[in-house]
Amino acid sequence: MHPEKTISSDFEPKVIAFVCTWCTYAGADLAGTSRMQYPSNVRVLKFPCTGRIDPVFILKAFQQGADGVLVSGCHPGDCHYIAGNFHARRRFAAFRKLLEFVGVDLQRLQFSWVSAAEGGKWVEVVTELTEKVRAMGPMMEFKELALEEQWSGAMISPELQDAYRQI
Amino acid sequence: MSRIGVFICHCGENISRTVDVERVAAHAAALPGVAYATEYKYMCSDPGQTLLKKAIREQRLTHVVVAACSPRMHERTFRKAVEAAGLNPYLCEMANIREHCSWVHEDREQATVKACDIVGMMVERTKKNRVLPTITVPVTKRSLVIGGGIAGIQAALDIADSGHEVVLVEREPSIGGHMAQLSETFPTLDCSQCIMTPKMVDVANHPKITLYTYSEIELVEGYIGNFQVTVRKRARSVDERTCTGCGVCMTKCPQKKIPNKFDQYIGMRTAIYVPFPQAVPNTPVIDRENCTRFKTGKCGVCQKVCGPGAVDFEQQDTLIVEAVGAIVVATGFDLYSISEKPKGSPIKGYGEFGHGKIPDVIDGMTFERLASASGPTGGKIVRPSDGREPKQIVFIQCIGSRAREKGISYCSKVCCMYTAKHTMLYHHKVHDGQAYVFFMDARTPGKSYDEFWRRSIEEEEAVYIRGMVSRLYQKGDKIVVMGSDIAVGVQVEIEADMVVLATAVQPQQGADLLAQKLGISYDKYNFYSEAHAKLRPVECATAGIFLAGACQGPKDIPETVSQASAAAAKVMTLFSKERLEREPIVARVREVGCVGCFACKKVCAYGAVEEKEIRDRQGNLLRVVASVNPGVCAGCGTCQATCPSKCVELDGYTDEQIVAMIEAL
Repeated sequence: MHPEKTISSDFEPKVIAFVCTWCTYAGADLAGTSRMQYPSNVRVLKFPCTGRIDPVFILKAFQQGADGVLVSGCHPGDCHYIAGNFHARRRFAAFRKLLEFVGVDLQRLQFSWVSAAEGGKWVEVVTELTEKVRAMGPMMEFKELALEEQWSGAMISPELQDAYRQI
Repeated sequence: MSRIGVFICHCGENISRTVDVERVAAHAAALPGVAYATEYKYMCSDPGQTLLKKAIREQRLTHVVVAACSPRMHERTFRKAVEAAGLNPYLCEMANIREHCSWVHEDREQATVKACDIVGMMVERTKKNRVLPTITVPVTKRSLVIGGGIAGIQAALDIADSGHEVVLVEREPSIGGHMAQLSETFPTLDCSQCIMTPKMVDVANHPKITLYTYSEIELVEGYIGNFQVTVRKRARSVDERTCTGCGVCMTKCPQKKIPNKFDQYIGMRTAIYVPFPQAVPNTPVIDRENCTRFKTGKCGVCQKVCGPGAVDFEQQDTLIVEAVGAIVVATGFDLYSISEKPKGSPIKGYGEFGHGKIPDVIDGMTFERLASASGPTGGKIVRPSDGREPKQIVFIQCIGSRAREKGISYCSKVCCMYTAKHTMLYHHKVHDGQAYVFFMDARTPGKSYDEFWRRSIEEEEAVYIRGMVSRLYQKGDKIVVMGSDIAVGVQVEIEADMVVLATAVQPQQGADLLAQKLGISYDKYNFYSEAHAKLRPVECATAGIFLAGACQGPKDIPETVSQASAAAAKVMTLFSKERLEREPIVARVREVGCVGCFACKKVCAYGAVEEKEIRDRQGNLLRVVASVNPGVCAGCGTCQATCPSKCVELDGYTDEQIVAMIEAL
């Protein structure tokens, strides 16, 4: 019926958003109450503050097959917990360098400030990241790594299963 | 082994319209650890909650996931219900499948898949939830009210009348705010001063109210029930305790030509001044920027003539720390100055209407001061340029308001009514004059409001022209107003003597800075945000802080007073308890692993991390570890993300819980 729909790739990116309760989560709620529309690819994880977000979670998300990760909190100066977002900003500035070093395309990781009143901005940020990641295609680096490593996804390989059976 | 119950809400049709709730329930039922899954039309309703409680008992559930609206909406409701059924409330979590799913996606298949994912994620998280004990904290039964306009005054009086102490802080030298500036009020044409000044006196005389005028909030620390607020009391240069308010200093001050802000800069005042004769407190302030003594070191007449010796040129700002349990924010509004583009603001100016360039183009508040019996003209409506009575006057509405292209899309709400009032006041004072009003729509909802507006047309002969003004220009001593009458479809040109612009209502300047000190949220116009638009309209999302008046959005006087009393009632409810229950979302240190690096202490904005010494039985110091004071911890979790040995844990947001959620995806 809609030829242009079938032409577009089947790839649906997986986007994970780490957001703070006070600003971005509330902003996303506002997008809902305003009945704005955005791609359904995003899964939201609520934190009290962006300061709580450990960089390990971002790695974990990529490892679990996320194609894009969004971290979003209160605007600088507006943190509900005085300065949590500043700690987060500093932490992620350093973390980006590390990610770049290990070979993750930084285009897949987005930081933004979305306040409780910015439902529209939430929609923009999510849509933009989803479309960017969709165009980039699936994130294979970590998935391949996971397969190579025995302690993770490789459990399902026939060789290993055989080995286990023999034990 | 956990026995989780999953309850999926239809929310009428709000969720079930786009999400296949039955499929979500079936998906949830198949998840490991889930013992029971069902869906119901309204989970939050009484039968819905009963269903939940019954299932907890009958199915021996250990954890509960409610998939419904945002936790910001009903988390408390469901946690209470779970508690009533005998479970610890923190074993209940909400999966947001309304705001974050059914309302933002149209495709039923995609929305259903997403809802299944969200539920799955929350099920995995909930498995790791632990029983959290309730933490109680003491309540300081004193309250702070910021802003001394009608909202702040009403809230302060209501709280003080209930027997609790109130600290009222006002930035200007006198309380009264904008309402003290008004001449009459709609729809009754009560004299504003007559209803306002007695309340101001009540505040000054109330034994439970401590009043700080000419003061600002410097710092806010603490949390609900236990705030410490630092107030900067600016140097008045006049000692409030010794000044008798006789006013001799003001009559002798040689600087007499300083435009008075209270009179919208059309009246003049001296350098040592009270903003208006009915000011409370009636203690003058020296405006150091304009005082000869402060500028040149000479003069000092006021000090010489002051009988009680109250004038003190050496006075310094003082910082006062007040302990309070609740805060009411009532900072009110300001009128948007349209003559120029405000600095750093996305809002564009209205240079085309000549405000600030043509002296007889004034704003609504200036008209109030002209019409007020206590104003600079003694209530005579005259032109600021030459003092003549205007025989033709044009009012233009919606200046700045409802103008998306200028940066403000909201309606300022009060302008239709006050313009109708202005035409009446004008007609009462200038019998042979004619008032014209250019308007887009007349918005007059409110008790007796539409009748009032009609009266301005039918009895007071105001001519209403539907349409906007394209241009104004000075021609001789007249102002030519060019506009269109879209009802008739013709161009209109009026030679007016005076033009009054109904400019947009905006939050006070610096409203964002105060919000940052308080830790409350605000919208893109700097209006403060309430916790819930409908159900919690006077509370901030930040516990213990309440809103009153136009700082939250444009409001007229009756609405402001209602909201102020509502905020006061909320404060009294808070003060009715000896101890407050607070969320046990606090950090804890695993002392076994702590190496005592105190990185957590450095990042804690609240000073909640303390050093704890661990000693053996002989009292020898073994090591020093971090320890979190749960009474002070606000629960942001920055310490946990910082801890290099992963020995701090934020209850309710442990690494275990979050990793479980990520792994569920």
